[in-house]
Amino acid sequence: MLEVQSVSKSFDGFRAVDDVSFAVPAGAIVGLIGPNGAGKTTTFNLIAGTLQPTAGAIRLGGRAIEHEPAHRRVAAGLARTFQIPKPFGEMSVLENVLVAARAQPGERMLANLFARASVRRQEQANIARAREIVAFVDLAKVERLPAKALSGGQRKLLELARVLMAEPRLILLDEPAAGVNPALLEIIMARIEAINRTGITFLIIEHNMDLVARLCGEVIVMAEGRVLGRGAPEVMARDPRVVDAYLGGAVA
Amino acid sequence: MIDLLGYGAFFLVNALIFGVLCLGLNVQWGQTGLFNVGVAGFAAIGAYVSAILTTPDAADRIGGFGWPILAGWLAAMLVAGAAAALVGLATLRLRADYLAMTTFGIAVTIQVIALNATALTGGPFGIAFIPRPFSSLAETPIAFNAANLALTGFVVLGLFLILETLTRSPWGRVLRAIREDEAAAASLGKNVNFHRLQAFALGGAIMGLAGAMQAHFIGFIAPDNYLSILTFQVWAMLIVGGSGNNRGALIGAVIVWALWSLSSLAVGTFVAPAFQARAAALQIVAIGVALAAILLVRPRGLVGERATVSRDVEALAGESTSPHEPVRD
Repeated sequence: MLEVQSVSKSFDGFRAVDDVSFAVPAGAIVGLIGPNGAGKTTTFNLIAGTLQPTAGAIRLGGRAIEHEPAHRRVAAGLARTFQIPKPFGEMSVLENVLVAARAQPGERMLANLFARASVRRQEQANIARAREIVAFVDLAKVERLPAKALSGGQRKLLELARVLMAEPRLILLDEPAAGVNPALLEIIMARIEAINRTGITFLIIEHNMDLVARLCGEVIVMAEGRVLGRGAPEVMARDPRVVDAYLGGAVA
Repeated sequence: MIDLLGYGAFFLVNALIFGVLCLGLNVQWGQTGLFNVGVAGFAAIGAYVSAILTTPDAADRIGGFGWPILAGWLAAMLVAGAAAALVGLATLRLRADYLAMTTFGIAVTIQVIALNATALTGGPFGIAFIPRPFSSLAETPIAFNAANLALTGFVVLGLFLILETLTRSPWGRVLRAIREDEAAAASLGKNVNFHRLQAFALGGAIMGLAGAMQAHFIGFIAPDNYLSILTFQVWAMLIVGGSGNNRGALIGAVIVWALWSLSSLAVGTFVAPAFQARAAALQIVAIGVALAAILLVRPRGLVGERATVSRDVEALAGESTSPHEPVRD
């Protein structure tokens, strides 16, 4: 599904991501873990197109996407959430989700004047689907409220809902469990599992090892911009290189 | 009484033309978050383009093509919109503060060109004899002002309805999303730069139309009309009325223009002639105080924006119940 080949990213000479290669097979849930500053979010930004790689290739379903702008990668089936959620605060929860619908005829300015009927038809279909998704992530009760009224955990759910609306094949989740209370975390994990059962692939950055152990068949460990290893979560947790990467600084 | 009615119509025509400027700024700032502090420049482009095209042949300057007024208005929109698109192409990738500096600089440049390109713009003396709609009625001011009010009201209503259709739609929703969080909008597949360019050009075209309408109503333009005080007035109007809401833009224009006209009247009545020029600065103070008061009492303006952008969503899902009350889970 996703192939990252020898990707590097430098900021003023500092190699935040250094010759990173890995693949994510279709239908899998793969974790991307590592200590702070390992380059995980930078790797996400390179895959999603928020940043351009200094070197290397990124393929999605066999198609090279490393030169495409972020908004075109969504059309190729890629979607991502942010470590700190980015809701459209003044817009209702339902409309936050509606923004994400792909290929909306009403997004062409003049279609709203000259093709009202088709815009309205499409909008009605999108509203029905958006409400299903909003209900699926347990936000139906707040669908009319502006997104700024949501709690931190609800914002994570809103990000998940928006991403689903874009009908992706691969979802990149950046710390879905961070700052979420246990009850809401259970909902988030259950929803990720349910989405995955429909055939959607996940790559998840996460520090919460409960979530990683439950959801991820495999984890990729990064440290200091490089891939340290890859394997089952419980195996990697015992790997001395991984333990050293997490504790090295503290022990030394 | 007749005089008062006539003045009322004259006042409203001016206020509604400011309303058009506000509607243009609302597309750019209110909907899309584009920080344009060069409103006066785009109004000037519209005014001069229409004036040059519609005035009768003049010996001392280029232009004077004698076009019909309506053609002048359309050309004003086209040229101001194209100018905005060019500015947008060059600057919309920049951060908001750079866009503000650029638009400010461009507005000053346009004003200086109007002042110095005498062969085209008449220089400091401006352009006179711009054809006025219903000029045959000019001898009875009340009929003239009433007819112009009807025309202006018609244009404003039409523009308002078009803008409501355009902005309370999936297109408007993308603009709003870009305003709220550009990175998130891009991550959901929206072409941020293209939509910004559209919004900036559309807003610029509307400002150009307003400039032309004003030029034709007064019949005379000069570079002094397009100083940055004009930009300040339009911004004050939009913020007082309610940024992000087309109704708010129009209401703010009427209220702030009323305040401006009243303070102008007060200066004329209560200040000795020798000091009037200096006392006029108090008008800006009055607007500033009104702006601060509104922001204290109603930070979102008199009519704030709604949480539901699209009309179809509003019709199907209902208006948001209480947009200001936070909820806890």
